[in-house]
Amino acid sequence: MTTTTITTMIMTTSMIMLDDFLIRATLAGIGVALAAAPLGCFVVWRRMAYFGDATAHAAVLGVALSLALSISIFAGVLGVALVMALLVSGLSSRVLAIDTMLGVLSHSALALGLVAVSLLEGVRLDLMSYLFGDILAVGRVDLAVIWAGSLIVLGLMFWRWQPLLAATLSSDMAHASGINPARERLILTVALAVTVAVAIKVVGVLLIAAMLIIPAAGARPLARTPEGMGALAAIIGIAAAVAGLQASAQFDTPAGPSIVCVAALIFMVTQGLSGMRGR
Amino acid sequence: MSAPLIQAKGVSVAMNGHLALQHVDMEVRPGEIITVVGPNGSGKTTLLRALIGAVPLKQGQVTRAEGLRVGYVPQALSIDPTLPLTVTRFLSLPVRRDAAARAQALTQAGAAGLEQRQMSELSGGQFQRVLLARALLEDPQLLVLDEPTTGLDQPGSAGFYRQIEALRAQTGCAVLMVSHELHVVMSASDRVICLNGHVCCHGAPDVVASAPEYRALFGSGTGGALALYRHDHDHHHHHDHDHEHDHA
Repeated sequence: MTTTTITTMIMTTSMIMLDDFLIRATLAGIGVALAAAPLGCFVVWRRMAYFGDATAHAAVLGVALSLALSISIFAGVLGVALVMALLVSGLSSRVLAIDTMLGVLSHSALALGLVAVSLLEGVRLDLMSYLFGDILAVGRVDLAVIWAGSLIVLGLMFWRWQPLLAATLSSDMAHASGINPARERLILTVALAVTVAVAIKVVGVLLIAAMLIIPAAGARPLARTPEGMGALAAIIGIAAAVAGLQASAQFDTPAGPSIVCVAALIFMVTQGLSGMRGR
Repeated sequence: MSAPLIQAKGVSVAMNGHLALQHVDMEVRPGEIITVVGPNGSGKTTLLRALIGAVPLKQGQVTRAEGLRVGYVPQALSIDPTLPLTVTRFLSLPVRRDAAARAQALTQAGAAGLEQRQMSELSGGQFQRVLLARALLEDPQLLVLDEPTTGLDQPGSAGFYRQIEALRAQTGCAVLMVSHELHVVMSASDRVICLNGHVCCHGAPDVVASAPEYRALFGSGTGGALALYRHDHDHHHHHDHDHEHDHA
């Protein structure tokens, strides 16, 4: 009987907690930070920063498509991000450098998305909320979607961690051990698309790449192993989400950018620490 | 003779629109050391990559023995500076290994005691030996090395090749390596394949070294090195010199 009472109490408390928009926002931020940490490490190690940008920027097109077709924003963004990521990962140009090609695709996708949104008739869209996120408006369903997506990404990363790492070091070495590097890259691509789809509500398309790269880069100076870097990146991401939201409430600043600002601050501190240690 | 571990038949590979390899036939049998020599751009690395299945073949086929275990030592592995990696962690890729196995592999490769170092802190020689140790942890039947002594000085590379020879004696694994240091490598090789897009000539080291195709590729500049090799060779052991000499 006592256990039942306690369980009921806990459930009631958690319901009340989830009713608070700041709690929901914090949980959403933590969810995104958890998925972005290990994935962000691979983005940094494999020098895929532009790749992340291109995928994220294409998300605006996904938003436009979702509204036009009346499907869920999550599904639309996921679809477009996946197509963009596959397109970009299969990309090789003999004439232009890869970063130039990515730059072209990334900004074209963003521009196309913005134009497509403006062409939608009868839809009044708060564009800012997609560009910079709208984490304070995260509802329970959003929260469930964000955490489901994050757990999928985390699951993929745990499952494929060893082969992904081997393929990142040397695709030939991976081949010799019976690993297919193309398959591992595809898994990263899918994980990236899922992360973009869940993060759009939290930090917005313009800052998704920041959540991938900044915590991972901030973790680098303190880490000795790949796993250590992933865990530290998660801690930095979570700290940034929590502190950023508090700062946003305190100073009435936009939530998504505030989170990224805190992450950048932590990055500068760890860089400074490593610089001092290096002397 | 036992069945080959790996065999290429009529293999052609296209890279960026031109044929990097044309109609290459070769095989590696258990326990033998084969060295592939050839000028820059002659397709040496492409041949290794074709054998491990890392590049698609335009023609021909590569047959690997059932369940063949390959230990691969890539050429000048570059680790991105953003990736923190201890030697211990590196040795556990792609399969986790226990501490005893890691220590033994490092000792075998002549790199004992480096476990806690970061890969980025290693000297060129230590780095190559750690790569070798990782390949040994695959318990390889075939060790594949792509220019393993790039960046090592002459005594360094001589030491590395001695290590390879000792490993072959110890574990009985076959060795296939690419090298440009003919005079140092050859004394340890059972067979040499001279490659220039196609197989120019192959056979016992001294047979290849005196072949006109080989001289045409490497000129008279290797005359001194050859003499060094012969001198070395005459004072040690004897191969039977009846290997076929194929004018491909």
